[in-house]
Amino acid sequence: MAKKSRTAPEINASSMADIAFLLLIFFLVTTTIASDKGLSIRLPPKQDQQQDIKLKERNIFKVLVNSNNQLLVEGEYMGIDNLKDEAKKFIMNNGQDPESSESPEKAVISLKTDRGTRYDVYVKVMDELKKAYNELRAERMGITVVQLLAIENDPKQNDKNERLKQVRIEIPYQLSEAEPSDTGGN
Amino acid sequence: MAKFAKKPKALPAISTASLPDIVFMLLFFFMVTTVLRETDLLIMNRLPAATQLQKLEKKSLVSYIYVGKPRDTGKYGTEPRIQLNDVLALPRDIVNFVFNEKADRAEGERDMLTMSLKVDREAKMGIVSDVKQQLREANALKVNYSTTGR
Repeated sequence: MAKKSRTAPEINASSMADIAFLLLIFFLVTTTIASDKGLSIRLPPKQDQQQDIKLKERNIFKVLVNSNNQLLVEGEYMGIDNLKDEAKKFIMNNGQDPESSESPEKAVISLKTDRGTRYDVYVKVMDELKKAYNELRAERMGITVVQLLAIENDPKQNDKNERLKQVRIEIPYQLSEAEPSDTGGN
Repeated sequence: MAKFAKKPKALPAISTASLPDIVFMLLFFFMVTTVLRETDLLIMNRLPAATQLQKLEKKSLVSYIYVGKPRDTGKYGTEPRIQLNDVLALPRDIVNFVFNEKADRAEGERDMLTMSLKVDREAKMGIVSDVKQQLREANALKVNYSTTGR
């Protein structure tokens, strides 16, 4: 009788690579890399629940965007590139200019768009206004905007950073979006 | 005369034994970093670009609303439409959609639901503000405009 061989026969592993490649290609094709980033806002509650708050005219920074995607800032036509600097000047006025805001805590930016405004223009305006606030906050904290965003996007640091909390109270992000009106183009 | 060993003529074959390991490593990388596509998009969806981005933290507490020009323009026309889950919808359907999305979440987490608006960059603000009004109606006030980085 033939003796059984003591060592088990080796399994041929050369096809393993092929199998793994097949799986790899399957996952490459069926998946998309998630891009869950964006501009966060908080909508105001329903209209009948809120009461009107009286604000001084000088503390409101009015931004209007019409259906031709043109900006009207504080009654004057303006290019989108100047919006950030103008907003920063308004927020940090601290009562110097009698036409501009009294203090960063009281400064409110009011944004009104038309039904015909393009969405990417609206996002660009929101981004510029957010950038104005972020630059002021970063300056107050003595860091760069990139570092500020890194802290905000890190859940471990976001709520615990005392300086960030402080600066959020000093320079609050107050953007009010006007109730939409049904005028203008589609 | 000294003896010199002759060089072997044929190069030794490169061992491919570690190839499966490398491929598996790549495979696991892609498995971990990617998510399966949840819905089939019926609309064009090219997101606008922005710089001051915030990450959405809890994926389980995010629902998506898509807005854009329909892909099948012969069937649905060229005006931007709203897509909820797998169907094109009207603004008034959003309240119901939010209600259903909230019902799927645990009771304590319902108020933390974030609506991610994935709006095509060529859409107009008219349809976006319709969506926003309906979200206010449905009391889903946390909104994120989904954008790409620059």
